[in-house]
Amino acid sequence: MGKVLMKGNEAIGEAAIRAGCLNYFAYPITPQSEVAEYLSRRLPEVGGVFLQGESEVAVSYMIYGAAGAGERVFTTSSSPGISLMGEGLSYCAGSECPVVVVNIMRGGPGLGGILPSQADYLQATKGMGHGDFRILVMAPASVQEAVEMVMASFSLAEKYRGPVMILGDGLIGQMMEPVEFPEHLKAEPVNKDDWATNGMGNRKSEKRNLIRSMILDPEQLNAHNLALKAKYEQMKREEVRYEPYNLDCDYRILLVSYGTMSRVCRTAIDQLKEEGYEVGLLRPQTLFPFPEEATTEAASRESCRAVLSVEMSMGQMLDDVERAVMGRRPVSWYGKCGGEVPTPEEVIEAIKRLDQSVTH
Amino acid sequence: MGVPFKKPEALSDMHTHYCPGCTHGVIHRLVAETIDELGVRGRTVGVAPVGCAVLAYNYFTFDFQEAAHGRAPAVATGIKRVRPDLVVFTYQGDGDLASIGTAEIIHAANRGEKFTTIFVNNAVYGMTGGQMAPTTMPDQRTTTSPFGRNVEEVGMPVKIAELLSALATPGYITRQTVIKPKYIIRAKKAIKKAFTYQLENRCFSLVEVISNCPTNWGLTPLESIKWAEETMLPYYQLGDYKTPE
Repeated sequence: MGKVLMKGNEAIGEAAIRAGCLNYFAYPITPQSEVAEYLSRRLPEVGGVFLQGESEVAVSYMIYGAAGAGERVFTTSSSPGISLMGEGLSYCAGSECPVVVVNIMRGGPGLGGILPSQADYLQATKGMGHGDFRILVMAPASVQEAVEMVMASFSLAEKYRGPVMILGDGLIGQMMEPVEFPEHLKAEPVNKDDWATNGMGNRKSEKRNLIRSMILDPEQLNAHNLALKAKYEQMKREEVRYEPYNLDCDYRILLVSYGTMSRVCRTAIDQLKEEGYEVGLLRPQTLFPFPEEATTEAASRESCRAVLSVEMSMGQMLDDVERAVMGRRPVSWYGKCGGEVPTPEEVIEAIKRLDQSVTH
Repeated sequence: MGVPFKKPEALSDMHTHYCPGCTHGVIHRLVAETIDELGVRGRTVGVAPVGCAVLAYNYFTFDFQEAAHGRAPAVATGIKRVRPDLVVFTYQGDGDLASIGTAEIIHAANRGEKFTTIFVNNAVYGMTGGQMAPTTMPDQRTTTSPFGRNVEEVGMPVKIAELLSALATPGYITRQTVIKPKYIIRAKKAIKKAFTYQLENRCFSLVEVISNCPTNWGLTPLESIKWAEETMLPYYQLGDYKTPE
């Protein structure tokens, strides 16, 4: 099959089906309701399960139940809805249930706005819910990449037995781009009989399975949480993804930017290049684990004078960038946090301002 | 000659943590007997609540998932929708189902989810130490209604069986109790009927079971049985509130 023109939200729904996930539970919320609309007609065609839950809270437990029973499952939502799912995702992490969650972010806090935003970075990467856990977070910069990340996410969720999040901004969900669904990203079937509550008789076993996160004994809970931590350390070793752009020249400024914002940065870089002014871009594709080493290396290039974290938030990624740069270069932030996407001209202005401030 | 009375296979050997005189043990046994009699242990998944029955999975011998407070019907929905061949039930108390989990139970019932709920109502939060529940009786003293439930301030006790039976979607909704042998026999029949409706893929089924709490009511087990009979049963009337026929 060749490329087809699809809206991001619809492509995300189709990607899950192509990857081999036929179970979807969700609650409508702008700007990603098209996923549910698309799947409500598409899933019955392929014998899948579509259910609109009564709330995001309920949905987070529907996916927990379905994943616990051993089936591939996913949901999609947007910022305020994701907050409500935080409780269920904590249970999924604690009880090690593989679920995939897509967050098409909008501005906040509170009801905020409905326009594109990257304001849930800290929530996704540092504190998706109560308790000691992390989730794998991937950030697409195009509809095609959203498709590929969604398709890859099911195997990753199963590999690490926990939640995986695709963190896209509103533009990723709303814009139309040509996409294809790579056959090789179809998730392989996985036998889950050693832990899933799929019925003892069905797996011909006398050992019953238990999905739970309550561990009252402090030593046992400590051991359990350290085992979870070991998975997150493994993610840091094995799952870091990033894309370099214009990093093979002597750039004066390094930009760190992800998602839709990174595309604007590329345009700005291309325009500045025509003026003979070099700027590099490191685009994290995984936000947790964050590409720390790559950021350190890129910031350490001799020609690099300063690092700019460009975000559609008030600078939520800044801590991660600063930590990676380790004080070797000045690090600052540029962005907008009301739902507008900064223009290439605005990014260029911010770069030039930064250059002047570090030159003098 | 066979053994006339033995522990159901679906019930484990573990000693329960329930207080002396509590009827959770009786209700667990009725569920286990039902699962044995229907021969479905190998494809049953229970969903445990938060509350006194938070450790219910220790007392059964089949697959179980734990739920957060009130969310058991959503968990059961997730399991049953993706695996309709499984026999799924939730076991919930009144703080769990009638307070924090009202949205989940109403919508699961209204969607006609094909699972079974055992709803144990003892008019108090047990595990957290005897606080007022939505089901607490008027003037009943609890640790958060030390002068008795003031219905002017917090309303009348919630009647879940009546509430759910008002939904237009077909279902099996019944209220039973296990405080006396004659009631236990009826409760067993109701529980079996509820699971049978699920096996027939007929409808959502909920058995409310009026129970006791000697510890948090501050009564002896015998006094608690008397209190449940004299105070709760006139308000929480027993019987079938809705059948799918």
